[in-house]
Amino acid sequence: MRRLPLVAALLGALVLAGAPASAAVPVSEDTVHDVAAQLRCVVCQSLSVADSPSETAHQMKDIIRERLAAGETPDQVKAYFVDKYGTWILLSPPRQGFNLLVWVVPFAGLGLGLVLVLVLVRRWSRHPASPAETPPLDAAMRARIQREMAEREP
Amino acid sequence: MSGRSRLLPWAIPLAVVPVLVLLAYGFRTDPHDIPSPLVGKPASPFALTAFDGKPVALDALKGQVVIVNFWASWCYPACYEEAPSLERAWQTYKDRGLVVVGVNFQDKEEPAKRFLTQFGHTFPNAPDPAGRVSVDYGVYGVPETYFIDRKGRLRFKQVGPVSDELLKREIETLLAESA
Amino acid sequence: MTPELGYAAAVAALVLAVYGSAASAWSAVKGRADLRLSAERAAVGVWLLVLTCMALLVYAFLTFDFSVRYVAGNTNLGTPFYYRITAVWGALEGSIILWAFMLSIYTLIVVARYRRTQPQLYPWVLAVMLGISAFFLLVITVPAPPFQRLSPIPPDGRGLNPLLEDSGMITHPVALYLGFTGFTVPFAFAMAALIIGRTGDEWITITRRWTIVAWYFLSLGLLIGGWWSYHVLGWGGYWAWDPVENAAFMPWLTGTAFLHSVMIQERRRMLKLWNLTLIILTFSLTLFGTFLTRSGIIGSVHAFSQGSVGQFFLGFLALVVLGAFSLLAWRLDRLHAQGELDSIVSRESAFLLNNLFLVAAAFTVFFGTVFPLLSEAVKGTKVSVGAPFFNLVNIPIFLALIFLMGVGPLIAWRRASSENLRRNFLRPLVIGIAAAAVCRLLGVANALVLLCLALVVFVATTIALDFARAARARRRTGDGWLEATWGLALRQNRRYGGFVVHLGILVVALGVAGSQAWSTQTEATLDRGESMELAGYTIRFDGLQAAEESNHFKVIGTFTVSDRKGPYTVLTPAKKFYPQEQSPIAAVDYRLGFMEDLYLVLGEFARDGSHATIKVQVNRMVSWLWIGGLVLTLGAALAIVPEPRRTPALPPGAQRVVA
Repeated sequence: MRRLPLVAALLGALVLAGAPASAAVPVSEDTVHDVAAQLRCVVCQSLSVADSPSETAHQMKDIIRERLAAGETPDQVKAYFVDKYGTWILLSPPRQGFNLLVWVVPFAGLGLGLVLVLVLVRRWSRHPASPAETPPLDAAMRARIQREMAEREP
Repeated sequence: MSGRSRLLPWAIPLAVVPVLVLLAYGFRTDPHDIPSPLVGKPASPFALTAFDGKPVALDALKGQVVIVNFWASWCYPACYEEAPSLERAWQTYKDRGLVVVGVNFQDKEEPAKRFLTQFGHTFPNAPDPAGRVSVDYGVYGVPETYFIDRKGRLRFKQVGPVSDELLKREIETLLAESA
Repeated sequence: MTPELGYAAAVAALVLAVYGSAASAWSAVKGRADLRLSAERAAVGVWLLVLTCMALLVYAFLTFDFSVRYVAGNTNLGTPFYYRITAVWGALEGSIILWAFMLSIYTLIVVARYRRTQPQLYPWVLAVMLGISAFFLLVITVPAPPFQRLSPIPPDGRGLNPLLEDSGMITHPVALYLGFTGFTVPFAFAMAALIIGRTGDEWITITRRWTIVAWYFLSLGLLIGGWWSYHVLGWGGYWAWDPVENAAFMPWLTGTAFLHSVMIQERRRMLKLWNLTLIILTFSLTLFGTFLTRSGIIGSVHAFSQGSVGQFFLGFLALVVLGAFSLLAWRLDRLHAQGELDSIVSRESAFLLNNLFLVAAAFTVFFGTVFPLLSEAVKGTKVSVGAPFFNLVNIPIFLALIFLMGVGPLIAWRRASSENLRRNFLRPLVIGIAAAAVCRLLGVANALVLLCLALVVFVATTIALDFARAARARRRTGDGWLEATWGLALRQNRRYGGFVVHLGILVVALGVAGSQAWSTQTEATLDRGESMELAGYTIRFDGLQAAEESNHFKVIGTFTVSDRKGPYTVLTPAKKFYPQEQSPIAAVDYRLGFMEDLYLVLGEFARDGSHATIKVQVNRMVSWLWIGGLVLTLGAALAIVPEPRRTPALPPGAQRVVA
């Protein structure tokens, strides 16, 4: 793929520039994409760095690639951006403190709603319709009813 | 009906009030004004090459008050508005320990040089080709101006154009401090 | 002259709307037919005046009247003819006029249809609708007047936002607004019912078709918005959970819930309170969406300019929500739920769960959209809530909803016997699981996609089975297969229209699943003559050329594409440089296909055309979204066809008993 020259050039540049720490780590584009998908593109609205076509996003992706190649973990790369821009740069707020709310409330709401529905249905089924003392149906009658119901039932 | 269940229905409209209050609060905020987490921390070092070929590095400027201004030739009208103020501030305070550094953000060389000629900037201006310095400073638009004190700490970030008053205020405060 | 005339027309319309609303309400209180007639004439007057406003605005645009600030801000001498017309609703002020215009048309239709048939509800409905119209007219006259003069008159305008120069721009706002304003009618009827205390099922039966039409246009608007995002914005996606996308999605979610739960009220006389709550919520959410776009409190792709418009909208939103819910609280004693069912395994339960999931989704979207604001208010820190959050919470909900789509229409009312369950669901379940297993064997590894597939096949099979069974029964009367199916669809058009709509949703769901799981992309810099490869396509960079358009300068890259079979196509993505824009706009080029789209975006390039950077995407199954939209259209059309008369017309007022 044509990316190779680019990555190779970057790695080469790093090596030449006397990049510290370990030898360059091979970076998969998928990892870059994953990290980029968690960061917010600063010049767009709501788009991730992975999706954004802007120049800034392009540069940020290069930085991600560079840092991953230098041996940083995805979390460390994200932490770098948070250092510079604040928690705002993460597309999802970190799951701690006050921000836990945004993760908990929807599920709690759904759970509450389920309980409510169950309670309602229980209450409504406590008054069942008049118990049907209907005469037993024979097979032919049943088949005919089913046929006609199939035609009419809305 | 008991008194309690008489009032209960009115809980419904009342429950909406906090939401409306929150939305009203929204008017006091600006979604584009994001406070920088770098204020108060040591400013990120940079080493760039100016348009005239000379090197510009933050480390070499320790002990002086440094203003880093991010601009672009396509940033109209804001960058054009503040450019004369920056040059004036530079001329006024350069002998008292101020350094102004302009960083060209996501731009092309020709229009950038035209911009510099138009305003006759005499302070160093450098392009930031890969955007490393911009990201290092947490820039998300232009113009943005960063005020660094003599000890190398970032003290203030201005999003949007700077005015003469703002420059004077900040510079004098920082110049008065010791290294 | 035009600005003054337009402004005068808007003010006159405002006055008439306020008068008409008051007169209609008073006529209901005092029983005065003359006042009611006067209000009706006021409604006609409002429509005429708003039409005049629109006509004057269009005229100003077409004649390059830059003395009108709105015209100067949204068009310039180079803007092509048709965009000059659509630019009318390209920004804040014009969009409000469009809203007011649609509202005035809907009011007229209400007047024409219900003045004789609904003597008790109608005056209040008219009062509410004119009152809402009055608000929008107030916005046009006070905080956001489109007819403000600009002095000195500039020689040229600023031009239309280049992203809006697109066919999606012509249709997306129109469809969306038809949806938003469409929900005003059921809301007005609900308010009228509450006011006069007739909280029975009438208002639901009357507004059934309105709800479907409004819901349909909202769905269409959302899909067209997705299409516009896909082919214009250059990122190859169709939905970004942007705050304003969310703002249109929320009323769609509650509107869908409403659409379904009214069926329960119609059949079982249950959920009256809930239905009223839902329509109030839906209408309020349409206002909320408008508020979000125009207040600037949450940054977004759509953000129009600020000003005091936001405060007007918040004030009106507060009035509507507090007023409507207070009315509801006042009439609560008449709204006791007489719920009755026998088992949790019943259609009622399925509908309740459907509502629960839809409202939960709407709440999630709302909470996520508003959370940044909340975080800032409480903690003082700014956070972002984006796609990862919304996807995580909503995907399970949507999958559950797909499952319910299969269960709901076929499960029995009150209590589903095990025989009913077996007969209707055993085969579809088995076939669904089998389909997923087959796909797993064919190499599909993504668990979510497999689950989605299983559910979709399950639902599709339930629909097909129901169709087949019913058509077979009809055939006993001697019809051929085609006649039987067609006759069935027409005779029970609500049911089968609903089925077709569900099928459309299934197609959209598959498109979403496929495109999320299987699309691929890459970026590369190519020298002239150099090729690159992605997913079986070979793309060769042939060169660049420049072109001068009426209002922008374009650099076009030519790329020859071939696939495994040979030469495929030539794509010409471009970069458009508009003088008024800070950065160039990418013009994407693409080839759409049934299973995959090839999508090219031009990035950086060398001036001399020696090399260029492109982003290539192979997006799978995105076309299924648009196809699903077409199916949706057919289904909605079928659902609102008036029932064919088979018996002679009954005198008005008598109940038509459907045998």
